[in-house]
Amino acid sequence: MSRKLELIVLAILLIFVAQFIYVSSTTNAEYGGADDKPADVIEQITGGTYTPIAHPIWEPPSGEIESLLFALQAAIGASIIGYFLGYYRAKNNYEKKLGFKTGSKTEKQSL
Amino acid sequence: MHIMEGYLPAIWCIVWFAVSIPVVAYGVYKLNKLVKEERGILPVLAVAGAFIFVLSSLKMPSVTGSCSHPTGTGIGAIIFGPAITAVLSTIVLIYQALFLAHGGLTTLGANVFSMGIVGPIVSYLIYKAGMKGKLNFYLVVFLAATIGDWATYIVTSTELALAFPAGGILSFGGFFSSFSKFVAIFAITQVPLAIVEGAVSALLFKYIIQAKSDLLVEMKVIGEPLVRKLRGLPA
Repeated sequence: MSRKLELIVLAILLIFVAQFIYVSSTTNAEYGGADDKPADVIEQITGGTYTPIAHPIWEPPSGEIESLLFALQAAIGASIIGYFLGYYRAKNNYEKKLGFKTGSKTEKQSL
Repeated sequence: MHIMEGYLPAIWCIVWFAVSIPVVAYGVYKLNKLVKEERGILPVLAVAGAFIFVLSSLKMPSVTGSCSHPTGTGIGAIIFGPAITAVLSTIVLIYQALFLAHGGLTTLGANVFSMGIVGPIVSYLIYKAGMKGKLNFYLVVFLAATIGDWATYIVTSTELALAFPAGGILSFGGFFSSFSKFVAIFAITQVPLAIVEGAVSALLFKYIIQAKSDLLVEMKVIGEPLVRKLRGLPA
């Protein structure tokens, strides 16, 4: 099977990592979240007159808890993807080897 | 692209909810219908949703020295269309608003509109156009996911600029002045991230085709001859 796409994706990821190493070692970038930055711009535009109309109901008490919850989110997603891709890979493999489609009549009779 | 809790005036919160709710409602209706007709789609739906879950949790460092995250909506948009992807995005955005103080409940409508509706619509249209143009399949997936991601961030900047135009409400020039400031924050940061997102989306699509291409053919996402070609099978 051709691995061309994998190699291209790997190359793009490597360029991305190189970019990070370069920028982080040549500048004093803080790597803050872009999602938080508009708050400063809004303050600048409105001259500090805008007050948020609501506040989060609950905030993670610390950066550690926040990264825990983000990691949990990624882990849940990654497990689902891995489970299904693995499931169908094995299913297709065995179907090829055994020469029939699982879930078909032949299989039900054999059970 | 998450507009923070409270950072949109009430009137704009209402506007974006009014726009987003019908789309999400239509998505729920479509989703129910689809699942009833074809239970086999559940695994693929789970993978598309899980991909949004994973990608939107990864805050990645960009050339601008700040961090942002991909959206992951491209795959869902290509396979299930924008309405169902809006439902999947809403679930992710509610999780992040409740447990991560990321985004918010008042700004949910605006965030659903950018990430769950416009981004996927752009991805979907680019996919359809690319397939018509008979470009390389994975290139089309790459373009759809990448440009959809950019579109999401441009919409976020537009939403913020509409709510906070420089020099007061209804100032046309003020809108553009604010827009350029918000775009400067988001769009440049997002350029490299969107490219990575597009590449990873194309790769996952390859694996989905290997795993369950019959379903994609049945849903008319992709034609059978192309599947055979992509899987290296004899025509």
